[in-house]
Amino acid sequence: MQIDLIQEARRQAEICNACRYCEGYCSVFPALHRERVFADGDITQLANLCHNCRGCYYACQYTAPHEFDLNLPKALAEVRQDSWKAYAWPAGLAKLFDRSGVAIAVGLVLGFALLFLLAQALRPESGKGFYAYMSHSLMVAVFTPAFLLPLAAIALSLRSYWQSVGGGRLTLGDVWSATRSAGRMKNLEGGHGDGCNFEDEDRFSQARRHFHQATLYGFLMCFASTSSGTVLHYGFGLEAPYGLFSLPKLFGVPGGVLLCLGTAGLAWLKTRADPNLGAPAAWGGEMAFVLLLFFVSLSGLLLYAATGTVAAGLLLPLHLGAVLTFFLLTPYSKMAHGFFRMTAMAREAMLAREARKQ
Amino acid sequence: MTDSFDIAVIGGGNAALCAAITAAEAGARVLILEAAPKPYRGGNSRHTRNFRCMHSRPLGPLTDSYSEQEYFDDLIKVTGGKTNENLARLAIRGSEECLPWMEERGVRFQPSLSGTLSLSRTNAFFLGGGKGLVNAYYRTAAALGIEVRYEAPVTHLDVEDGKINGIEFTQNGTTHRVSPKAVVVASGGFQADTDWLARAWGPAAKNFLIRGTPYNRGVVLADLLEQGVEQVGDPTQCHAVAIDGRAPKFDGGIVTRLDCVPFSIVVNKDAERFYDEGEDVWPKRYAIWGRLVAAQPEQVGYVIIDAKSLELFMPSVFPPIKADTLEDLAGKLNLPADRLCATVEEFNAACGDTSAFHPTELDSVATSGLTPPKTNWARPITEAPFYGYTLRTGVTFTYLGLKVNENAQCSIGNRPMSNLWAAGETMAGSILGQGYLAGFGMTIGTVFGRIAGREAVAHAN
Repeated sequence: MQIDLIQEARRQAEICNACRYCEGYCSVFPALHRERVFADGDITQLANLCHNCRGCYYACQYTAPHEFDLNLPKALAEVRQDSWKAYAWPAGLAKLFDRSGVAIAVGLVLGFALLFLLAQALRPESGKGFYAYMSHSLMVAVFTPAFLLPLAAIALSLRSYWQSVGGGRLTLGDVWSATRSAGRMKNLEGGHGDGCNFEDEDRFSQARRHFHQATLYGFLMCFASTSSGTVLHYGFGLEAPYGLFSLPKLFGVPGGVLLCLGTAGLAWLKTRADPNLGAPAAWGGEMAFVLLLFFVSLSGLLLYAATGTVAAGLLLPLHLGAVLTFFLLTPYSKMAHGFFRMTAMAREAMLAREARKQ
Repeated sequence: MTDSFDIAVIGGGNAALCAAITAAEAGARVLILEAAPKPYRGGNSRHTRNFRCMHSRPLGPLTDSYSEQEYFDDLIKVTGGKTNENLARLAIRGSEECLPWMEERGVRFQPSLSGTLSLSRTNAFFLGGGKGLVNAYYRTAAALGIEVRYEAPVTHLDVEDGKINGIEFTQNGTTHRVSPKAVVVASGGFQADTDWLARAWGPAAKNFLIRGTPYNRGVVLADLLEQGVEQVGDPTQCHAVAIDGRAPKFDGGIVTRLDCVPFSIVVNKDAERFYDEGEDVWPKRYAIWGRLVAAQPEQVGYVIIDAKSLELFMPSVFPPIKADTLEDLAGKLNLPADRLCATVEEFNAACGDTSAFHPTELDSVATSGLTPPKTNWARPITEAPFYGYTLRTGVTFTYLGLKVNENAQCSIGNRPMSNLWAAGETMAGSILGQGYLAGFGMTIGTVFGRIAGREAVAHAN
């Protein structure tokens, strides 16, 4: 990892540790105040706990032009971004993080082309719904490895992360605590429940928290839709297309709508927020990622709306190409944040539990 | 814009904002003239963190109860009786209804900060500190249509026939003049004008550090006093604490505090001890150490601790000076090595049984036969590495100010001025003659800010 980024975050954390005014905002400060000296791993852990809510920045009496020049959200964002690169597996793909926008664009073009070609070359003789354009077995052959390999890569990244921040034994309770926190987006509540500072300087608002929740729950519902389809297909021999009142549609349609709204909202908020309170170099890649998710959800909804029309034949490879890009880039794009954040929060729950025992 | 305002509020900190908000809510057109640029708005309120509040039952973040009498007794203890009882009780009684008022205007509280648990009953801590409070009030002010001018220092007020006829301020290099119906002065003390401090304290004051805003230079205060507006307080009285000697000249704020004195010996530049370091727990003693250090040669003190005490206090913003021997430490601190070793040796020899040592309570682990004694936490300084900090006097705010009555109204020639009110540090000397009670400055600012706003709007309407 880059020592200068860690060193700058450490300089700032030492000032924060002598002040402590921000203790109530989020999980970062109780974790920070437990330490007297900050090892590199401690700084990495703090960076991944930080949700960039910016409450501490706007409340800070030491931001520029003060000579202490604190900007903790930025310092931690830079370390966080750098840590994902440092722990990416295989290491050779880490540089995709620096070119996320380009990677997503190239991925999309290649993904579309591949799926168009497959759809053209291997068009089934018969089949209903999507399967009129692409057989079920072909989709499985493409997407099973495209889903599982990135997950394996993420697992290896998280293992490296865990070792570098100090290791230790997690309990189910720790994971549950992290899950609950993520489920409520507790760290974007601001401690007082008024939300975070993002799109309008020091005004607290729930906008980012709610759009993120729409994105998170929308994404999970879309995932549940696909999973329930798989179960219906293999477990019950029920094949797509499914009716409106089937599980895949009951999850998928509202999930897609939520994901659409959530990502559109997040992208809009991002245009309003001060880029200098995050990692400015990562801005474009993050935006590209949000727009990719938006495209995934929008094309999915359109595909459903276009069922039975000629447009479906065009929309299917577009949608699947975007999904493929999203899956493959998960370990090397902003999507990695969810996995690292969960790990960091579980670790914080573990450390807090151990501190209570002492 | 010249005459379009009913009320001008001079200053942009807590007291100014409370006055402006109160007046604007009652329908007045209010102008805030803040000398600082926007990032430094809020005066010393930026650096504050809590509000001392009377309450008869659990209130907001505050536990249990804190009666008027107990609050007043606490105040008398720190001011040695130099207190205007009438105004002090007014501030104390007013504090209880302030807390919900503050919350309604966007101020958010949090449980006591780590290291301040002893204050959870008496002091309500602002989430994010005083700048968070200031931000919330500016949001509220904007919603009320209050006009805020930044970098608009007031240079002069026309006092005529017991009233203010006009205000002159500069902005963007030009002088402007406004003639509001009523004026509230809430522009703090004069501590950032070190020449003024030096006139009161002598040249020693040039070595003082100013903990808060560099914009509180007392320009408005001096202008009013010169024109005969009644003054209160003694120019040498101020809230001054001992802080890390490496702190910036201005605006170091909370992080420059050092909590290690009770576990140390403190020497002057001749490596001589000069006061009982273990007299009481640090929150009750840090304020007197500002004056103690100010009385030493070159206004500097040196804290010496050893390895076993390093983790007993809150971390410091700058790391301590570290050395493997006392001689080396003396070298790094520019102290005479032989004298420092002798002082430590003498101190160590006077330490007795340390088995009762307890870092957070008065433990009576004391020296015997030593002058000055150390009456608690006296453990010999023996374990390398040794650590040192320099201590300097850090001034928070000055007490010389405008004399006000229970309506926050200023006076001239023994008669109340018809359209001038004052709130916050600029009139705190009307209540505090000396000493300080944590969180009371924000109480005075909030209570008297609201009173000033209420009275000003009553006059303007």
